[in-house]
Amino acid sequence: MLEPLQTTLPEWAALAPTLVLATTALVLLVIDSIDPDSKNALVLAGTSVVGAVVALGLAGWFLLAGTGQEGTGGPIYLFGDAVVVDGMALFFMAIFTAVTAMVCLGAYDYLKDREYQAEFYTLVLFAATGMTLMAASNSLATVFVSLELASLPSYVLVAYLKRDRGSVEAGLKYFLIGALSSAVFVFGISLIYAVTGSLVLGDVAAGLQGADQFVGIAGIGVLMIAGGFAFKTASVPFHFWAPEAYEGAPAPVSAFLSSASKAAGFAVAFRVFVTAFPVGEVVPMGIDWVLAFQVLAVVTMTLGNFAAATQSNVKRMLAYSSIGHAGYALIGLAALTAGGQNGDVLGASMTHLFVYGFMNTGAFLFIALTEYWDVGRTFEDFNGLATKAPMACVAMTVFMFSLAGLPPFGGFFSKYALFLGAVENGFVFLAAVGAINSALSLFYYSRVVKAMWIEEPSGDLEIGSRPTGLYVAVLFAAVGTMLLLPGIGPVVETGQSVAAALF
Amino acid sequence: MIIEALIAFTFVAALVTFALPDEYANKAAAALSVVPVLGSLWMWAQYDATGNALLGGDIAFETTVEWLDLAGYTLSWHTGVDGISLPLFVLTTVLTTLAIVSAWTPISDRQSQFYGLMLFMEANLLGVFTALDFFVWFVFWEAVLVPMYFLIGVWGGPRRKYAAIKFFVYTNIASLVMFIGFVALVFGLGDSVSSFDLPAIAQATRAGEVGSFAGLSAGALRTAAFLAMFVGFAVKVPVAPLHTWLPDAHVEAPTPVSVMLAGVLLKMGTYALLRFNFTMLPDVATALAVPIAAIAVISVIYGALLALAQEDLKRIVAYSSVSSMGYVILGLVAYTTYGVGGATFQMVAHGLISGLMFMAVGVMYNVTHTRMVGDMSGMADRMPITSGIFVAGAFGYMGLPLMAGFAAEFFIFKGAFESTIIAGNGMALATGLAMFGIVIVAGYLLFAMQRTLFGSFRLETDYEVREAAMHDVAPLAVLLVLVIALGVAPNLFFGMIQEAVNPILGGVL
Repeated sequence: MLEPLQTTLPEWAALAPTLVLATTALVLLVIDSIDPDSKNALVLAGTSVVGAVVALGLAGWFLLAGTGQEGTGGPIYLFGDAVVVDGMALFFMAIFTAVTAMVCLGAYDYLKDREYQAEFYTLVLFAATGMTLMAASNSLATVFVSLELASLPSYVLVAYLKRDRGSVEAGLKYFLIGALSSAVFVFGISLIYAVTGSLVLGDVAAGLQGADQFVGIAGIGVLMIAGGFAFKTASVPFHFWAPEAYEGAPAPVSAFLSSASKAAGFAVAFRVFVTAFPVGEVVPMGIDWVLAFQVLAVVTMTLGNFAAATQSNVKRMLAYSSIGHAGYALIGLAALTAGGQNGDVLGASMTHLFVYGFMNTGAFLFIALTEYWDVGRTFEDFNGLATKAPMACVAMTVFMFSLAGLPPFGGFFSKYALFLGAVENGFVFLAAVGAINSALSLFYYSRVVKAMWIEEPSGDLEIGSRPTGLYVAVLFAAVGTMLLLPGIGPVVETGQSVAAALF
Repeated sequence: MIIEALIAFTFVAALVTFALPDEYANKAAAALSVVPVLGSLWMWAQYDATGNALLGGDIAFETTVEWLDLAGYTLSWHTGVDGISLPLFVLTTVLTTLAIVSAWTPISDRQSQFYGLMLFMEANLLGVFTALDFFVWFVFWEAVLVPMYFLIGVWGGPRRKYAAIKFFVYTNIASLVMFIGFVALVFGLGDSVSSFDLPAIAQATRAGEVGSFAGLSAGALRTAAFLAMFVGFAVKVPVAPLHTWLPDAHVEAPTPVSVMLAGVLLKMGTYALLRFNFTMLPDVATALAVPIAAIAVISVIYGALLALAQEDLKRIVAYSSVSSMGYVILGLVAYTTYGVGGATFQMVAHGLISGLMFMAVGVMYNVTHTRMVGDMSGMADRMPITSGIFVAGAFGYMGLPLMAGFAAEFFIFKGAFESTIIAGNGMALATGLAMFGIVIVAGYLLFAMQRTLFGSFRLETDYEVREAAMHDVAPLAVLLVLVIALGVAPNLFFGMIQEAVNPILGGVL
């Protein structure tokens, strides 16, 4: 049995995954400054993959050893309570680092012979550092700073293909909306600070108790903060940037943003709303953020899925489906009740994000593979791909059916855990809307599968070499998605137990 | 552990076959698929259970491993077989091997993928017939759709894409409806059951522990759950009027896939009806006996009439499946030992006979490249062995004595006549109407045989039409032997079926 961290290491070591990511990013900068014109992708990608995998290992170790969880001393508070390391933070860190490792591995081939490779990997790792900090933020100030640390590199990454108009336009759009959302978000924080006199989440909750005369201001603050999260998680109504950004960005970046960055938004949202605005106390005051999230969840699911169904471009379809999945994950917040089985539904939501980290990253990395081969972007361009690259197409089939929530893949279980959790807490309609959307989503996901396997290949479909890094990343994600069905037990139970610790 | 071992072996075999080069895939798949056959026959030989898997008593080869706790509900890997599932388990393994061998001639394209998918489907089918936990069962149930979608969509006929999508959408939506119905039932059980264990749920629902849920009273919830599950399974069976996906899927699917579709996949629907609707909610089944019996009779007669109107031999066999599955529903709703037992027996018998018929049509099609009754004539001259087996299979379909079909239909009719589930002589009336279906079946089969097999040969081709290869005819012969064996000695299975059926009817364990 692994020893819990507290017994052997100093407390700050609990942030080791974050520190490893930051150090790796700095090391990459050093490598770049030694040989600025190097296109030695192996060293750069290798360093970042190793860094991410080490961070993943540390996060996994801490999580399994019970660091920061009940029974081993509880959450570890650092830096004047501004940062907290508990089971949930480590759970999300595991998601971010896993996605980062897959993305860096896939980027090795995708970026070959392009300029500014070192900058690319550095930015990815800095963004990942920000995300891990987001998961561990216990103060609205830390939330804001780490959110910006995650966002600023993302803007640049989206515009990385600077000679490609689509990429630059997407980056600009993402940046403008991001800046606006940040402003909204930080204004919301200031309102909350005005009412409660504190930024630390626990103190905010305490401060709200006696603030009856400022309910209006606090309500607006909560709403604005929710808006900031809606941007980061690409939820309606702050979702407009997502399809553009995901489509224009290099495919590995789309994978990174739609999996890790989205999960980071949820990590903060879960912690902030659960800790700072407890359902049992805030909702009776008249600030019904649960209702707001119910509306958001239903609208986001439905809009994302319907928009995805009408796309003819696969990457754009995936972008909209990613919005739809944000809607599913929002159930974790929308189905909370005072005194209900909140840990179960929130944990199910985290589990879904975990599975999503594999299946969605894999899907976008498959797109990276097709972009590498210059296959084209529409469904028709994928026709007959399975005759040329059967293994990659098997992997993509796994991702598509898993995203649709079809057994025997990981997405099936995480979705049903989510829907069951919602029903348990009495929100049958959320589960029903989710189930209907899932059924609808099968339509557009199976279009990809149909194109790859069933349609005749168009005459000029030629694929070149088989890039090792991308292949390994895609197959790794596929194996992860497959194994998450039989292995879902530990994931769900970990997710639900660390989520339950929040309440 | 034998069940787990066989399922795992089949999955691995599927992967191995998928990775093999095309030229070895066909033989390798056939060789690998023999292992589950031997395993299932060993299980049949060793079988000594006397209970019903859901209602208690001795269950054979049972395994329970706790898996995880999901939203307050425990999920377990729980498997086992009783007298109802074992015959279907054996049917699946045997039919898969024969279907794989029958694919050697028609499938020439992307072979390793084809055989890999066939084995993948077999593994999931074995799971469907053995899983005793709802979630495990549902995973297998849905996972069967994925290989079937590809098998029809990639290797099918000219309208394969349409047929594959139609099959997929129909059955997937049906599963969703069923899923909602079942989960609502479980939530209605409230605190008395905190798992998805099918035996626990069946015993609790039979004990009347369903409460109100989501604004529905207990009675309304039971009826709603019954209807949702019935609709979900009826699509799979399929019963008229939810059968329209079936002829499309059958006609477009390649022969070996049709064999699996008719032989095993349709049985999933009736098996689930028996396990869920008729075992868990017998009172609702009794209350709804009149409409269900009406649906059964309509399926029998309407399916047979549709078959009568077809020109395509494969369509004839496909529509006659609707008719045969109607008998299964009739047996189930009769709710007597012979009725329910006969229905189970008919699942096996129809699996063998329809497999035989589809294969025979497929063999003729391989040679003549046509399935139209009007184009063929005098096939018996050129393909005497195949034609002979086709005739024998058709006789089995018509219910000639000493064939499996006769035994099954006899049990069903006996059970249905004895049934008092509908007041007055309602059930006897339904049975009498349904028996008329046999006449139509005999009509269209004799008509089709007379036109295709007999008379003078007049098919104009630029190649020689002659007897098919040994490996094409061998599976037919094996099936014919099995059909006759079950007809002569129904007790190979019927004894164990009866023992498992009695607890459902409230008999002693």
